[in-house]
Amino acid sequence: MEYGITSIGAYVPRYRLARGAIAAAHRWMAPSLSGAAKGNRAFCSWDEDAVTMAVEAGRDCLRGVGAESIGSLVLASTRLPYADLQNAVIVAGALGLRPDLVTSDVAGSQRAATTALLSVLTQGKGRTLLVASDKPHAKPASTQELYFGAGAAAVTVGEGDVIARLLGHASVAAYFVDHFRSADVETDYFWEERWVRDEGYAKIAPRAVKLALANAGVAISDIRHFVMPSLFRGAAQVVAKAVGFAGDVADGLDAECGYTGAAHPLLMLASVLAKAEAGERILLVGFGQGADALVLEASGRRMDAADWRGVDDAIADRYLTNDYLRMLSFQGDIDLEWGMRSEKAGKAALTDAYRNEHQLSHFNAGRCRACGTVQFPQMAYCVNSVCKAPSSQFDSQSLVDEPAKILTFTADWLSYHPAPPLYVGFVQFDNGARLLMEMIDAPADAIDVGVPLKMVFRIKERDAIRGFNRYFWKSTPVRI
Amino acid sequence: MATGIKDKVAIIGMGCSQFGERWDTGTDKLLAEAFDEALADAGIEREQIEAAWYGSCIDSVNVGNSAIPASVALRLDGIPVSRVENMCATGTEALRGAAYAVASGAVDIALAIGAEKLKDTGYGGLPTAYKGTFNDLWLPLGSAPAGFAQLAAGYRNKFQVSKDELKKALAHVSWKSHQNGVLSPKAHFRKEVSMETILNAPMIAEPLGLYDCSGVSDGAAAAIVTTPEIARALGKKDMVTIKAIQLAISSGVETTTNQWDGSHVRNTRTAAKRAYEEAGITNPRKQVSLMEVHDCFSITELVTMEDLFISEEGRAVRDILDGFYDREGGGVPCQVDGGLKCFGHPIAATGLRMAYENYTQLLGRAGKRQLDNPTMGLSHNLGGVPYLGIAAISILGLHS
Repeated sequence: MEYGITSIGAYVPRYRLARGAIAAAHRWMAPSLSGAAKGNRAFCSWDEDAVTMAVEAGRDCLRGVGAESIGSLVLASTRLPYADLQNAVIVAGALGLRPDLVTSDVAGSQRAATTALLSVLTQGKGRTLLVASDKPHAKPASTQELYFGAGAAAVTVGEGDVIARLLGHASVAAYFVDHFRSADVETDYFWEERWVRDEGYAKIAPRAVKLALANAGVAISDIRHFVMPSLFRGAAQVVAKAVGFAGDVADGLDAECGYTGAAHPLLMLASVLAKAEAGERILLVGFGQGADALVLEASGRRMDAADWRGVDDAIADRYLTNDYLRMLSFQGDIDLEWGMRSEKAGKAALTDAYRNEHQLSHFNAGRCRACGTVQFPQMAYCVNSVCKAPSSQFDSQSLVDEPAKILTFTADWLSYHPAPPLYVGFVQFDNGARLLMEMIDAPADAIDVGVPLKMVFRIKERDAIRGFNRYFWKSTPVRI
Repeated sequence: MATGIKDKVAIIGMGCSQFGERWDTGTDKLLAEAFDEALADAGIEREQIEAAWYGSCIDSVNVGNSAIPASVALRLDGIPVSRVENMCATGTEALRGAAYAVASGAVDIALAIGAEKLKDTGYGGLPTAYKGTFNDLWLPLGSAPAGFAQLAAGYRNKFQVSKDELKKALAHVSWKSHQNGVLSPKAHFRKEVSMETILNAPMIAEPLGLYDCSGVSDGAAAAIVTTPEIARALGKKDMVTIKAIQLAISSGVETTTNQWDGSHVRNTRTAAKRAYEEAGITNPRKQVSLMEVHDCFSITELVTMEDLFISEEGRAVRDILDGFYDREGGGVPCQVDGGLKCFGHPIAATGLRMAYENYTQLLGRAGKRQLDNPTMGLSHNLGGVPYLGIAAISILGLHS
């Protein structure tokens, strides 16, 4: 049995903003931005964060892979919602991973995910799900605002029929401050791009690359794919040239997504692995206060689950807008007049949340053994009016991947909702379960009776006073 | 075998405050307005009331929990006062409590009173309801119109009614109520509104526009009940008795199973069947003289016409557009006083306000809006949302 990457998955938010709309909004004070305003960038809806995107990438990665085989979960990000509340454990619950699980968060650097990946690939045992998820946040009118996106990628690492295996690796540490963000600040502080490129990327990354190639016993001419994300365009080409690489420099996913922070190395890798042929070597570089370099060899095996999406499908699934202010509002950069209805109390009863964690996290309905009715929520007695068996007769059945359609809906303009109108209605699952749900991330013409839906893990409500998110599942049209 | 409360309870006095934006009036004085009128109508003294049921729904902008605020406001010294709350069905729930007390023989004379002060919130529409700690963790947000608007999607889909045709019928529902509101002195809204204005109003929750939504008002209404024997002893000749009061409440079937198609309100049908049986009504389309139904939104009134078995399934659109429910349409006049749409909807007062109109019409005291010789008035209250709620029906009639 080989040991290596056994599955891959990806997620990119459906919302895309035309970069031209960003540049147009800033034309009065930063006319030079329009030169870099090509394509579209991904941005998170108000209810997405590193945790929710990690769940979606994790689900994609686990298509056709038994969730029960996962023994540990690592979550890498620089934008985790909680400073002291393990974020990975929220992801684990949503994914329905087994309870005897080792979980950890890795944070603090743009190369958090590459460091975590090489750590997992070199441990040589068990099966780990590694998810990298990030939503870098730039100041309005910065070049980063145009360049940044949002997304997540995941890999499982373990024994089996691998997609790629590790041939060698190396890391270097360097106190090189190209940018930084202190713990209580929202956006990064950047030093001059030319210096970062020439003294940082062009000198530090090659050191790690050369050591890794030596460690793997592979020459640069044996590398087919060079995968290196960077905080600005063009750095990968500079490093490729510095190490004498003449092959394909992997696409930075700039056209429809943008730079996804700590998620980007895995997202680019997932994109390359979906196409790499058997025997092709891949050089993956993560940069940030030093560099990690991993030399991988692809097996040519593909993800074969019918509902697997990967990077290309995630990027193709888009809801394009020109509403720049929508992105700013979703990111919390502007405080719009939402009216008094937005003043509602959002305090969650943590006791109740824990009591019901068994049904809320992984959207577990109860299937009544007495009559077969599938029901959510699970209450004390079966809802079937001719059954009413006690809930001790229920088996858990997750609705996460159950086919469902819209039964009723409305567009609610009255309720406070950060992405109005609130589409709300009954979701009818093919297995008989039914509940009232939000329908999100879709234009008006995509919502109608009978429209097929899929379930997505999101922030149900933010408690702005206490800074606590309630997570739950929402629905979205399978296609828009 | 239980026999129900038909003709066991007489209403001897009713009162209703002016509904509307009562900026100058607190809940205590709204209660007093309704109470004074009811006492005077009944011709009794406050001290003859032996028990009271007080309904109020939304505490966050009213006088607070319990029956204490009502007892203090009305100086109901030392008698048992119960506070009841069943969302928008609270008014009928209060009447039910008082009626059952009399029917059981526990007391001779009881008071039912409901009041709501909704215009102290600072904004239009209803405050967001607290759903409970567990529901808050999974149940989506959604305004009242969003809950009811879904009936439109379900109804259109079931009966293959086009968006335009349904919207036109909905507009007629509101247009008719505005016509009626003009003749109703205590109503919140007393202006005619054109079909064009209704059809082109801003959208609240698709397909419900502004004029598809009822008024959010301050107000109170009250009833004093006793036995028919005591009523006669008090000198009452024309007498209105309660023919039926029935409630039906969701148990989760609509929201959690695939046993409901989204096109109707299951609770209304259940409560209506029981109420007709209790009242001895076999053909409601012929036997009911007038109806005050819970037109919180126009779509609610439309489906209610079928849920009360007045219109056949799928025929409400036709009946409405034919004017069957108009004041002088030759059918069953509905919302003669303007309904929730125009009379207004101070939540806990509404069920009693409906009974007030039926009572007033049955006694021939309705002035310009008086119908010809009504004998049976039905009121229908809906609490919550169509799929998770409370249907309350009370039927009043002339005592033979």
